[in-house]
Amino acid sequence: MMKKILIILLALMSTNAFSIDTLEFDTNAQRVQFQVLTEELRCPKCQNQNIADSNAPIAIDLRNEVHRMILEGNNEDQVIDFMVERYGDFVVYKPKFDTSTYLLWLGPAFIAFLGFIIVFVTARKKRQPASRAANVNELSQEEKKKLNTILSEKEKV
Amino acid sequence: MKRALLFLPLLVAVAIGVVLFWGLGNDPTKLESARINDPVPAFSLPSLQDPTKLLSQEDIKGKVSLLNVWATWCPSCRVEHPYLLKIAKEYNVPVIGLNYKDDRQAAKQWLIKLDDPYLFNIFDEKGRLGLDLGVYGAPETYIIDSKGVVRYRHVGVVDDRVWKIIIEPRVKQYTNEG
Repeated sequence: MMKKILIILLALMSTNAFSIDTLEFDTNAQRVQFQVLTEELRCPKCQNQNIADSNAPIAIDLRNEVHRMILEGNNEDQVIDFMVERYGDFVVYKPKFDTSTYLLWLGPAFIAFLGFIIVFVTARKKRQPASRAANVNELSQEEKKKLNTILSEKEKV
Repeated sequence: MKRALLFLPLLVAVAIGVVLFWGLGNDPTKLESARINDPVPAFSLPSLQDPTKLLSQEDIKGKVSLLNVWATWCPSCRVEHPYLLKIAKEYNVPVIGLNYKDDRQAAKQWLIKLDDPYLFNIFDEKGRLGLDLGVYGAPETYIIDSKGVVRYRHVGVVDDRVWKIIIEPRVKQYTNEG
């Protein structure tokens, strides 16, 4: 009994998988290209989903548009440029590197670099007093002489 | 100098706090249009009222106007409708409709029932012009200058506040630019 229910439940769940792929492609390469692109493009309406995941009307439109462009033989860059031209950099999860996005790309590396410098400098500073203390322990020639005279004077007394 | 340096983390924290607090007020669902300062994309689509009449981007030039994206399936468009009537009739700013992915009959009925604020309506059944403009939901209202260039986009309902604070000053500014 339990087994039967499980099988029915699984069968019901699998309809999810069937409903997604209704678009047809000439080649398998095109299908892969479509999957990559729809996962890289962000839905403008439901902002935390890509257009492959979203069922918003705009996401369906954009999926169809990507499908059309792929069938017409456009490459990935052309599809991305088409979308960015209309919906802005917002629509791509991986924005292009240009004057408006360099901060986004280089910012984290720069901040990490800054962090290393700060750690390095503080670590050096901390070590310095210790080395200075070591210097204090070592007496210069003059000081040694002085010390010797003091000690010898003490002996005399 | 050393003492002043001790305040540096505090200053950085305050600066980050200010930026984040400022960010709280931003609505992330309102995107700036990628078409700002671009001409309205070329199109050739029928008028809503007269299927035999073809409209193009040339019909939007001449005067600063609002291009309002609407549809009968969009509840917020109904909320917005009275304000569009007010803008068209009281403030004398031409409002051009972009009837987006809609049913022609239903749209015509809507305009009969709720009154028609539009100078004319572009019937974009497939959403092609919408896609070219970067429309991602209705209602959206674009301010188009007299040369047919997209100058501003407002996403969401246009109401008194939006008109007074956002749209009216811009319409005036673009009109003065000629």
